Amino acid sequence: MTNTIIRNILRFFVLVLVQVLIVKNIELGRFINPFVYVLFILMLPFETPKWLLLLASFFLGITIDMFYDTSGMHAAACVMMGYIRPGVLKLFSPRDGYEFGTQPSIQYLGIPWFLSYAGILVVIHHLILFYIEIFRFSEFFSTFFRVIVSSIFTLLLVVISQYLFQRKKEQE
Amino acid sequence: MRNLLEFITKNYFFFLFLLLETFCISILVQNNKFQRASFGNSSNQLSASVLSTSENVQHYFYLKTENERLAKENAELHSHDLLSFSLLVNGQYTINDTVYKQKYTYTNAAVVNNSTNRRNNYLTLDKGSKQGITNKMGVTSSSGVVGIVENVSENFCTVKSLLHSNTIINSKLKKDGSFGPLNWDGESFEFAALNDIPTHVRLFKGDTVVTSQYTKMFPENIMIGTVESYYRESTKPFYTVKVKLSTDFKKLSHVYIVDNKLRTEQEELEKKTEEGNK
Repeated sequence: MTNTIIRNILRFFVLVLVQVLIVKNIELGRFINPFVYVLFILMLPFETPKWLLLLASFFLGITIDMFYDTSGMHAAACVMMGYIRPGVLKLFSPRDGYEFGTQPSIQYLGIPWFLSYAGILVVIHHLILFYIEIFRFSEFFSTFFRVIVSSIFTLLLVVISQYLFQRKKEQE
Repeated sequence: MRNLLEFITKNYFFFLFLLLETFCISILVQNNKFQRASFGNSSNQLSASVLSTSENVQHYFYLKTENERLAKENAELHSHDLLSFSLLVNGQYTINDTVYKQKYTYTNAAVVNNSTNRRNNYLTLDKGSKQGITNKMGVTSSSGVVGIVENVSENFCTVKSLLHSNTIINSKLKKDGSFGPLNWDGESFEFAALNDIPTHVRLFKGDTVVTSQYTKMFPENIMIGTVESYYRESTKPFYTVKVKLSTDFKKLSHVYIVDNKLRTEQEELEKKTEEGNK
């Protein structure tokens, strides 16, 4: 239990640092802005209380906002993502529910499950984030294109990091 | 209250979400210049569109005053125009000419009160002594004679309408100049009677009746009406002509007050002559 909490707190800081120190500085093109830090919300345990989920999402977003100088944008997107997450988990839950002690990751539930679960949440997060950033509907389609492309890249990074993680765990 | 609390605790997830999201949006709008500006803009657009619609509706009701104001401004601008021969002061139209001496000046006025259904009808106009109106000035409209100024206050004047038993206007037939007094017989606001037309004059329906040169209130040849019919009373050697008035007294709204600049001079001279003969 405490182990899980510590691991998640650690993941929080690692992901924030990775996001603001590495991913922020990668320029893949005008349209592509991956936000890999959402992995933290994706990886929170199934048993996380809902209020903690929202608060954790909020603090993650606010922290990222501090580094991006965009007060509120990432927080709003993350809170929305946290709000959606229980519903998405329910939608994709196996027939006999999630096993106790497992995490929503490729390791336990496989690639197709993880891709659909993470895909929905990441796209919602990016939708909210990019449209708040643009804050108008006149560039609807170009923004939508950015959302899609960035979501794909975020998912790619998330999956890669999952595999890195997994391998690490197997070594333990 | 307990139910409310229960409801909130039951749905705490949603309310917490709402709270956090509202907080995010509020700091977002507060701290990011672009979002603040466009948030302000869109709310401004909404309020502006509502306000401008109501403004449009309101403006419609002020069209009349606005028209009057513009007309006044036009007159003022005309009077500032150095190239203009016309000098417009206080709405009076004056022609400066060294060959012709100005005899008549016109002041435009609005009818503020009017009647047509009494035996003796009066109009009230919105110009008075402040605008240089004195009694016995003539009043015309664009379509013809209206009446004679009777009383003047500071800002208003009453006009003895043509539809008045005491109004007698010296008129003539335009085609040959035979003249006579025109009076209202009190029957219809559309017709008046022109008396004393000699029987040798051949009258036709539609002949034009205008003011004669002998009237002191009006310039010559101001339209009065057209001949509708005529008859001769057996005891008199004159025709009485029924004249259809060209002015529609039911529809009067803007009229002109005519000032004969030479009237007093003429009257004084005539008075002196009459007294001298006595």
